[in-house]
Amino acid sequence: MSPETERPRSLFEKLWDAHLVKAETADTPAILYVDLHLVHEVTSPQAFSVLAERGLKVRRPDRTLATIDHATPTLDFAPGETPPYATEAARNQVETLQANTAAHGIALHGWDSPHRGVVHVIGPELGATQPGMTIVCGDSHTATHGAFGALAFGIGTTEVGHVLATQCLLQRKPKSMRITLDGQTRPGVSAKDIILAIIAEIGVDGGTGCVIEYAGEAIEALDMEGRMTVCNMSIEAGARAGMIAADETTFAWLKGRERVPSGPGWDEAVERWAHFRSEPGATFDHDVFIDATKIRPMITWGTAPDTGIAVDAPVPRARSASHRKALDYMKFQAGMPVSGQKVDQVFIGSCTNSRITDLREAARIMSGRKVAPGVRALVVPGSVAVRVQAEAEGLDRIFIAAGAEWRQPGCSMCIAMNGDKGEPGQLIVSTSNRNFAGRQGPGARTVLASPATAAAAAVAGHVIDPATLTEPAHA
Amino acid sequence: MPERFEHLKSRTFVIDQEDIDTDQIIPARFLTTTTREGLGDLAFHDWRYDSDGKPLDNVSLNALDTRSHRILVAGRNFGCGSSREHAPWALHDFGFRAVISSEIADIFRSNAAKNGLLPILAPPEAHRWLLEHPDVEIEIDLANQRVDLGNGPGFDFTIEPFARHCLMEGTDPLGFLTAHAADTDAYEARTA
Repeated sequence: MSPETERPRSLFEKLWDAHLVKAETADTPAILYVDLHLVHEVTSPQAFSVLAERGLKVRRPDRTLATIDHATPTLDFAPGETPPYATEAARNQVETLQANTAAHGIALHGWDSPHRGVVHVIGPELGATQPGMTIVCGDSHTATHGAFGALAFGIGTTEVGHVLATQCLLQRKPKSMRITLDGQTRPGVSAKDIILAIIAEIGVDGGTGCVIEYAGEAIEALDMEGRMTVCNMSIEAGARAGMIAADETTFAWLKGRERVPSGPGWDEAVERWAHFRSEPGATFDHDVFIDATKIRPMITWGTAPDTGIAVDAPVPRARSASHRKALDYMKFQAGMPVSGQKVDQVFIGSCTNSRITDLREAARIMSGRKVAPGVRALVVPGSVAVRVQAEAEGLDRIFIAAGAEWRQPGCSMCIAMNGDKGEPGQLIVSTSNRNFAGRQGPGARTVLASPATAAAAAVAGHVIDPATLTEPAHA
Repeated sequence: MPERFEHLKSRTFVIDQEDIDTDQIIPARFLTTTTREGLGDLAFHDWRYDSDGKPLDNVSLNALDTRSHRILVAGRNFGCGSSREHAPWALHDFGFRAVISSEIADIFRSNAAKNGLLPILAPPEAHRWLLEHPDVEIEIDLANQRVDLGNGPGFDFTIEPFARHCLMEGTDPLGFLTAHAADTDAYEARTA
């Protein structure tokens, strides 16, 4: 064995090496094999068109999984009726994916599927996402799947075509970064607060060119939903991917899911998966340490996801022209806390925070309380399965009793291309991942927060630390 | 298929703003298209049009002649956010053929190079000079990976060699991948 192969390897390096069809050379990138290709309606039509133009087939329909989520309405409709699409273009886009997947023999979780939902919610839910895999999707939040010890990243539509046709991607090996969270978080601090604090620390481009591995006590203590929330927002720090080594928490979460092996195959799988972790002594291009004990419930004040501060902290003084522009857009003033700002809409959902634990958190806050007058609160489960589970637990009744809207699954107001959106000037507390200007509708002002903080804003009518809410009347 | 890219002599258009995200380049509500053509009208849409869709008079992008201004110079971390390839499609259709910044987000950079929009990372000094000298004629030599700024501090840049090859040939990398199908067969046999 050469000294090179004896060097302790990181989780990322193991996954990279294991998927090399052809190593990179000075002239050409590596050819990397893709275990799972997730497809949705927005970034795939032009890729299927290229296949049609060149007479190519989908190489591995069995490794391709499709759903509809971005352009789909979240309003109820009766069986047999046409879904109430916001536009003809949205309807056409969904029908284009239906036609493309049918033509190529790809499984589509469409309107009639009990597993329809946000692509980054259903992959794990089905057990299609597994440790040790390479997973790609024409969607920058694909890093979500890294929570299972997978190498998962977003690609462009041209590359979607490459993977459809060849099951491979051309890639230069990214750099690596390890972010270690020392210590335990305080009670009331969620995974969303952790990742907003990380992005605030390293910056919106702090992870550019890197695959991030999250490690440390506070990460290991997270449940799988929390780990997905953390990995999901890796791209908001510019990183290609984020990952967390698989452990007992991961295996317990996956056991019994539709696409994972059962019986003796399960034990073999766990033995194989347990190998996918960084060895002691593995090195990274960048090593970042964050004190988890200092993290507080977070909220953003600007128009980039690295503008997170503690909910009750004052907005910092603008450090650049971009910051001044962001403050103008948000109508916030330096020195004034975001806490106390009047809220117009609350959105609980998205691939960041629409899983069952997120909805339980929101329901815990809304239980026995009412959405404040003048506030519209939208609760959008991440998948049909999450919706069914939430209804079995009675969470829907809590939301509806509070005066929130209980919607059908989809990306909804995170990306605001299905008709769910904010109006110009409105302040929206959102559990999604991006607060870019106009992201939730032209002129809409977005502050990012955890499900608990968003639910608290809905009932208080203004931004508030959920720990400081007064007790509901019935308590 | 994009045109071949070798030399580009053109004037710059400067947007001196950091972290210009893909939602600024093309808002998500326009992503319901199923084609890649004709997105130039939507480039920087919400900066260029009022809420009724009328072009704003005081926005220089609306007066820009991209036949003479094919090079976009932007603040640090251009193209951050989503993986939408609609962003480079829109910028290319609008008329830009190169984008220069001190930092360009990974996925955008990869997408741009596949669509005839050359992403160039400039060193801080040259980047600052370009931001401070809007509307200058510069020359890009892709073969030699060199930008000549006339009176300014010209600089060498690097672009991933295969991306450069594809830009210069006007080809998509798909052909390279399909030519290696036998390697993929072998990989699948080995790992099955």
